[in-house]
Amino acid sequence: MTVLLEVSNLHTEFHARAGLVRAVDGVSLKVSRGECLGVVGESGSGKSVTFSSVMGLVRSPGQVTQGAIFFDGRNLRDLSREEMRAIRGRDIAMTMQDALTALNPALTVGEQLAEVLEAHDETLPTGRTARRTAIRDRSVEMLGLVGIPSPEARLRQYPHEFSGGMRQRIMIAIALACRPKLLIADEPTTALDVTIQAQVLELISDIRARLGMAVVLITHDLGVVAEHCDRVMVMYAGQVVEEGPTDQVIGAPCHPYTRGLLASIPRPALRGQPLTPIMGQVPDLVGLPPQCRFHSRCPLAQPQCLVEVPMRDAGPGRRSRCLRLEEMA
Amino acid sequence: MSLGKLLERLIQLIPVLLGVSLIVFVMLALTPGDPVQIMVGEQAITPEQEAELRRDLGLDRPMVERFFLFIANAVQFDFGQSFYHGRPVADVIAERLPATIELSLVALIVALATAIPLGVLAAIRKNSIFDRLATVGSLLGVSLPGFWFGILLIMLFAVHLQILPVSGRIGYASEVPTVTGFLLIDTLLAGDFAAFGEALRYLILPAITLGLPMTAILMRVTRASMLEVMRQDYITFAEAKGLSHRRVIFRHALKNALIPTVSVAAIETGSLLGGNMIVETVFGWPGLGRLVVESIFLRNYPLVQAAVLLYAITYVLLNFVADILYTVLNPRVKL
Ligand SMILES: Nc1ncnc2c1ncn2[C@@H]1O[C@H](COP(=O)(O)OP(=O)(O)OP(=O)(O)O)[C@@H](O)[C@H]1O
Ligand code: SF4
Ligand SMILES: [Mg+2]
Repeated sequence: MTVLLEVSNLHTEFHARAGLVRAVDGVSLKVSRGECLGVVGESGSGKSVTFSSVMGLVRSPGQVTQGAIFFDGRNLRDLSREEMRAIRGRDIAMTMQDALTALNPALTVGEQLAEVLEAHDETLPTGRTARRTAIRDRSVEMLGLVGIPSPEARLRQYPHEFSGGMRQRIMIAIALACRPKLLIADEPTTALDVTIQAQVLELISDIRARLGMAVVLITHDLGVVAEHCDRVMVMYAGQVVEEGPTDQVIGAPCHPYTRGLLASIPRPALRGQPLTPIMGQVPDLVGLPPQCRFHSRCPLAQPQCLVEVPMRDAGPGRRSRCLRLEEMA
Repeated sequence: MSLGKLLERLIQLIPVLLGVSLIVFVMLALTPGDPVQIMVGEQAITPEQEAELRRDLGLDRPMVERFFLFIANAVQFDFGQSFYHGRPVADVIAERLPATIELSLVALIVALATAIPLGVLAAIRKNSIFDRLATVGSLLGVSLPGFWFGILLIMLFAVHLQILPVSGRIGYASEVPTVTGFLLIDTLLAGDFAAFGEALRYLILPAITLGLPMTAILMRVTRASMLEVMRQDYITFAEAKGLSHRRVIFRHALKNALIPTVSVAAIETGSLLGGNMIVETVFGWPGLGRLVVESIFLRNYPLVQAAVLLYAITYVLLNFVADILYTVLNPRVKL
């Protein structure tokens, strides 16, 4: 499989009142064509900021300060605004964490779908009416694809006339309208109830298989990762701490943080056993000392861990940011 | 919004308007000075003549009766005689109204046409030099007294540069038949473009003076709501779709940001009425505002009463319009 997205040593900082926040601090990752990468980590670990950086959508006071973002052979950081605009929505699409606020309340769903086709689709006919009909047909098709009943009629409606699950689907329909090579789905299910969660994830997997698109699935839910992702990347305090094939990482984590995350979720196989939450809190990202960031919460921590810990190989296709990874097996 | 709902809302306005009428009535009834004395002035009249005058004006009846009479007449547009003009008040007002409406509308258009682009630009270039200048400018705009600013403009453009007329509504040279009373429309109907240009020249300075505080307020509202909207997730999502910057700003952001601007504009249009009295006086504009000021000095009560009622009703209706516009522009809100 060829690499589609390769991020190396990405740094994104926010100039906040409290000081410089290193929200993304040396993140490197790869996504191959057609692959699904799961991204997990506690709230505030930098998952969303990492991928906003990839999209070139970090807002002031934030700034990407270092690193390369190669997509399809081009470094996105070298592109002009216009070149970047052409890629967004067409080659890389994104769904936002909160579907309830991501759709414009003042525009109809039809318009919000049509405009992305209008912006990117070169196969549309040029004649006015033919173009309008083609856009309408494609919009209807997309809404049908994500399972919205009677799509023709619903194109004329506004977002508030849809349920949360339906809005999530609409956002996915918009993201997929131009058949992107990469879909970044930022917590596509957090706001939804359980049955709809499963439906939305099935939908994404299904479309991924059909379109051969790669997916980055950001989530808090390791169960979701286990079911849908080929590989998984665990983030902690702005860094990647572990990365590898999903079954291996979940079966035998080689970072104490991943192990902690796994121990804190209920699993049917372990029913009856007590859950052990990770003690302590995510460190403040302002003025972090150069040492293992998980040190304060790590059950395996030792004085020698008070140094900057690099990513280390942990077997084929696996990496971990822990000095004691060999002892974890 | 259905027509039924609209009617329902209109009917709800009736008690408000009645209340407004009562306040206007009581206020004038309590104002010191006897209208009969003022009407008569220095003339010597017999007590019989005075009593007759009083009866004619209905001043001999009890207050409550006078109020209901006032309302009953008002709904028929009968506001009595203007002492000074010797004609029905309604006629005098109707004659002056088009000039005021024309001036107010042009001021409104000037305000919207400058405030919205400036507000958007200030928001997009937040904290830039332009933004700071705009903020200072808008502060001045709301705080400068209208008469002072008007006189300043007259001195600069009419007296010093001599490119615009000092006062009045149109040069005597251009006589066009009155159809609507709005000179900008009547001149065009007559096909007299020279007169149209002339009418516009007379309008510019008073319209700018009248519209200035509103421009300042609307600019600040637009800037603030634009900044608020630009922070929303749907703007990020619109950008993630790869839309052009122009489309994100004008279609996605502005459409939402204008909701408060339009509501405030409708409400602020009511305050143009107050501004009219000053501006029309400074620029010798023959409208209702100046008529009211003159009538106050002349203690021409029936006219003042009718005009104040008209102002109040307009104000209430404009608030109603603001409500309606808000619902029309905002698909989430249902009446
Ligand atoms: N506008 C901002 N100003 C200052 N700091 C910010 C800003 N946006 C994000 N950050 C910082 O970046 C860090 C990472 O945020 P991010 O949204 O990427 O977390 P996340 O992993 O997506 O969390 P969640 O699971 O809650 O979505 C936050 O802890 C915060 O400190
Ligand atoms: S390096 Fe040390 S402190 Fe950090 S995770 Fe590994 S064992 Fe824990
Ligand atoms: Mg997030």
